Amino acid sequence: MLPDHAKIMTLLNDAEVIVGRKKLQKIVYIGKKMNLPLQEKYTFHMYGPYSEELTLRVEELCSLGFVTELKEKKSGYYQYRYKVTDDGKTFLEKFPMDWPEEEALGLVKKLNDHSSKFLELVSTMLYFDELSKAEVKNKVFTLKKSQNYSESDIEEAWDFIDSLKRKQ
Amino acid sequence: MKTGNRKLQEEKVFKDPVHRYIHVRDELIWDLIGTKEFQRLRRIRQLGTTFLTFHGAEHTRFNHSLGVYEIMRRIIEVFEGKPHWQENERLLCLSAALLHDIGHGPFSHSFEKVFQTDHEWWTRKIIAGDTEVNQVLRRMGEDFPQKVADVIEKTYPNKLVISMISSQIDADRMDYLQRDAFYTGVSYGHFDMERILRVMRPTEDQVVIKNTGMHAVEDYIMSRYQMYWQVYFHPVTRSAEVILSKILQRVKALQESGYSFKQHPYHFQGFFKGELPLEEYLQLDEAVILYYFQMWQQEEDRILRDLCQRFMNRRLFKYVEFDQNFVMNDWMKLQELFRKTGVDPEYYLVIDSSSDLPYDFYRPGEEEEERMPIHLLMPDKKLRELSRESDIVEAISGKKRTDHKLYYPKEWLDTPGNEHEKKQIRDILQVQEGKREIE
Repeated sequence: MLPDHAKIMTLLNDAEVIVGRKKLQKIVYIGKKMNLPLQEKYTFHMYGPYSEELTLRVEELCSLGFVTELKEKKSGYYQYRYKVTDDGKTFLEKFPMDWPEEEALGLVKKLNDHSSKFLELVSTMLYFDELSKAEVKNKVFTLKKSQNYSESDIEEAWDFIDSLKRKQ
Repeated sequence: MKTGNRKLQEEKVFKDPVHRYIHVRDELIWDLIGTKEFQRLRRIRQLGTTFLTFHGAEHTRFNHSLGVYEIMRRIIEVFEGKPHWQENERLLCLSAALLHDIGHGPFSHSFEKVFQTDHEWWTRKIIAGDTEVNQVLRRMGEDFPQKVADVIEKTYPNKLVISMISSQIDADRMDYLQRDAFYTGVSYGHFDMERILRVMRPTEDQVVIKNTGMHAVEDYIMSRYQMYWQVYFHPVTRSAEVILSKILQRVKALQESGYSFKQHPYHFQGFFKGELPLEEYLQLDEAVILYYFQMWQQEEDRILRDLCQRFMNRRLFKYVEFDQNFVMNDWMKLQELFRKTGVDPEYYLVIDSSSDLPYDFYRPGEEEEERMPIHLLMPDKKLRELSRESDIVEAISGKKRTDHKLYYPKEWLDTPGNEHEKKQIRDILQVQEGKREIE
């Protein structure tokens, strides 16, 4: 088993359950930006930073029986629920790994408490973190037109990013 | 100093085995091809270590980049005069197509994994930095290099332009499938591109396909599926890739331990420090890397010497497929047995997984997907997602395929010494091999 797979399992285990493919993608991305030792490569897609590598890695974990992906219906809408299986947990106990346990646990739980739409905004803003705040706002309004983010959403996201950085 | 773009007095052509000819009519494109950063792509193979499996696969990122440019040029010819197509985006599309892989280094996949680099980051640096490419692009305006970078990075506001070079049916994929099939010599990877080009239509935010072209698109998707499993994920290529990654990992570890190299890795210093200046990155090509591998065959370090000899002489690792039971029960034991015999499992017992998703889409009522689906333009002018119309595509939509392989030096198990441990290792591996045969 590769360490990169084990790290994703640990992150999922910290979250207990992650509902939504988009949410999983954004939690891993933001975790990576907050210096969790994650290796998945991201590029910009329809909903912001997206990692094909992560999608495939989760699939590999599912095929080994370490993670379950359940498709569930919620008020006329299908979504995916990810969870580490008992076998996965047993494996993690056996697998020694370099992982900042406390820091990661707090961060992952905090991220998991937010909606995927909010995490999409935060991850998009972090993706453009080499730009000025005004340029980032402009990018959000241009590239995320369909999400109708408001000025106050962006302000809230900046505060959230600052709070994440303070905890580092 | 030149400004803007001029038509060349005479059209230039490159002879190309895939597209027959590549036509250049714009001075901007001709001058971009002549830059030293673009010429460097001649020295970087398109398929990395695949030449060790398919000996014809010696083609380079230079060939491929020209091919993507040519397909983009032909798509634009089809789009000219049609609604949603803006003629003022033409040179932007052509430049982005030509430069989309400019940041690739030698054996990018392994380098990126071991040294945490990213060819897309280098692409931005080459386009925006102090380079010949940047100088040529700036003739079109100070903001033109940034626009080209944005298209390649998929953050450009015009989604139609992005989808022409990066979507589930785009100029990049259409070139690499055909080119890789041609040079590897496999009979997969062929599809009727002429037909697809004729039925592509621009819409506000993506390229769509007239419904009459559906069967050509089916063929394209099946070609992609076959190429991934027959060529890109070929187990022998993966074995070479594993050894290459392990060489880089070993060099990094030796450097950190203060080992005294006979052939010092001068060209790797920036990677080790995590600060690689652009001009040093641009000096790297496959000839440089292979020179080091050649020289390191004489190193004192047994592991580095052996891995380089394996790579240079194609003495690759063998593999077995494995399952969850192996990971849960035998993986740790196997590593321990390797250690007992004095063979470091970190370098000689390597897990490698491959997965692919041939076509995916988002259907109303399901969770949103990141991949833009392929849409057919129906006679009533409505758009319909491809798998709704095509039974063949429906059959493979959203289907992921995964395999897990364990690579190891099989011939070493037949050498004298540590018989007891080697027998135990063989027993574990044979169980995995046996399972595969039963399947």
